[in-house]
Amino acid sequence: MMIKDKYDVVVIGAGPAGSVTARFAAENGASVLIMERDREPGIPVRCAEGVSHKGIEPYIDIDRRWIASDIDVAKLQAPNGENVKMYNNGKGYVLERRIFDTALCEVACKHGADLITKADALDLVKENGKIVGVKYKYLGEIKTVKCDIVIGADGVESRVGRWAGIDTKVSLDDMETAVQYTLCDIEIEDKTCEFYFGNEIAPGGYVWVFPKSGNTANVGIGISGDLAKEHGPKYYLDKFIAERYPRATITYTVFGGVPTAWGLEEIVRDNIMLVGDAARQVNPISGGGIVQGMIAGEICGKVAAEAVKKQKFDKKTLKAYRKNWDKRLGKNQKVIHAMKNKFMKLSDPEFNNLMKVCNSIPPEKMTVPRLFKEAVKDDPKLVMEVAKTFITAKFK
Amino acid sequence: MKINRNLCDVCGTCVAVCPVDAIIVDEFKVTIDNEKCINCGNCVIVCPIKAISEEK
Repeated sequence: MMIKDKYDVVVIGAGPAGSVTARFAAENGASVLIMERDREPGIPVRCAEGVSHKGIEPYIDIDRRWIASDIDVAKLQAPNGENVKMYNNGKGYVLERRIFDTALCEVACKHGADLITKADALDLVKENGKIVGVKYKYLGEIKTVKCDIVIGADGVESRVGRWAGIDTKVSLDDMETAVQYTLCDIEIEDKTCEFYFGNEIAPGGYVWVFPKSGNTANVGIGISGDLAKEHGPKYYLDKFIAERYPRATITYTVFGGVPTAWGLEEIVRDNIMLVGDAARQVNPISGGGIVQGMIAGEICGKVAAEAVKKQKFDKKTLKAYRKNWDKRLGKNQKVIHAMKNKFMKLSDPEFNNLMKVCNSIPPEKMTVPRLFKEAVKDDPKLVMEVAKTFITAKFK
Repeated sequence: MKINRNLCDVCGTCVAVCPVDAIIVDEFKVTIDNEKCINCGNCVIVCPIKAISEEK
């Protein structure tokens, strides 16, 4: 396929947020190029790969090719070993991101988007201060492609935003530093995602065990960047694995950071929008970003296509993306973020107590929102905030 | 600041927390611009593999 000299929209990054953005922009009439730095979408996998069925189902037909494991149960373990099993959160999956991301990108291409891999975006091309294209390196050669809108879907680094002058910095207390191994030859609970909490286990974060098959799992840890001064995440994860899975073999190792901010003040400027991890659109408590990125991508792609129809690419036009995102999820983000700050500060005895309370709730009523309700109920200010959000959400 | 390239996994976490845009990722390689760097240490703390250290 030939890459054209000019597109309406260039999306930088072929992860879930980028591909969904490209798909909705192309589907609604824009010409779109997706630019991916790596050889293919989805690599290297820097993800625990867990998602809910409800979250991904609007964006792709479920295909066993990219499902590693079905999930029915979430198990949360307190520092003292007491655990809560939740059966009522809906169906979930552990994905094969490498295949999933490619499949999502194929959906975008089916709707008319072009894709170039091995193309490393280097900078924005500006004329009289206005963004008019992207400079990139492809097979050792420096090239440019012109466009009216650049979409930064370039993940946690968020370089595109910086090039445009947007402050994409994540503060230390909103950054989890993380390591994940894929372990083989271990015993795991069927269809269960496990979460382990405790200040000795994962200060300001948690250890996760997400099954990938009968005897392999993604076992990872994220700890608060703010609290990780003495030891890094690898120290804690190695300790956890030595205790629980002493004979496991590590088949995959990945290092990375998980932003747990509520979002960014600025995600739109003239001729540019940011989406997904690049816009810090993640769940501040879980650190999950796949579904959030896809929802933002749908909104962002539609706004881009609308701008192309109008041939207006200024901040004012593109701000519809910000507005619609805030309406859909953005407003809740701040409350979830406040809950995260509360959650992160729980001492081990407080966490033990929370799990005890949860275990006294009938299993059929035990869900993640209920857990958070229990966690915040001794904090009247936060309860008010949560209640306010849900009330305003309901009456809209 | 100095980066041990043998350890660096090019994950981008340091880039996200740098307050002065002193860290650049280019062609799968991370570089710190010591002219811009203000020695805040954020990158040292969040690097999950401890590949960044203060230059003595």
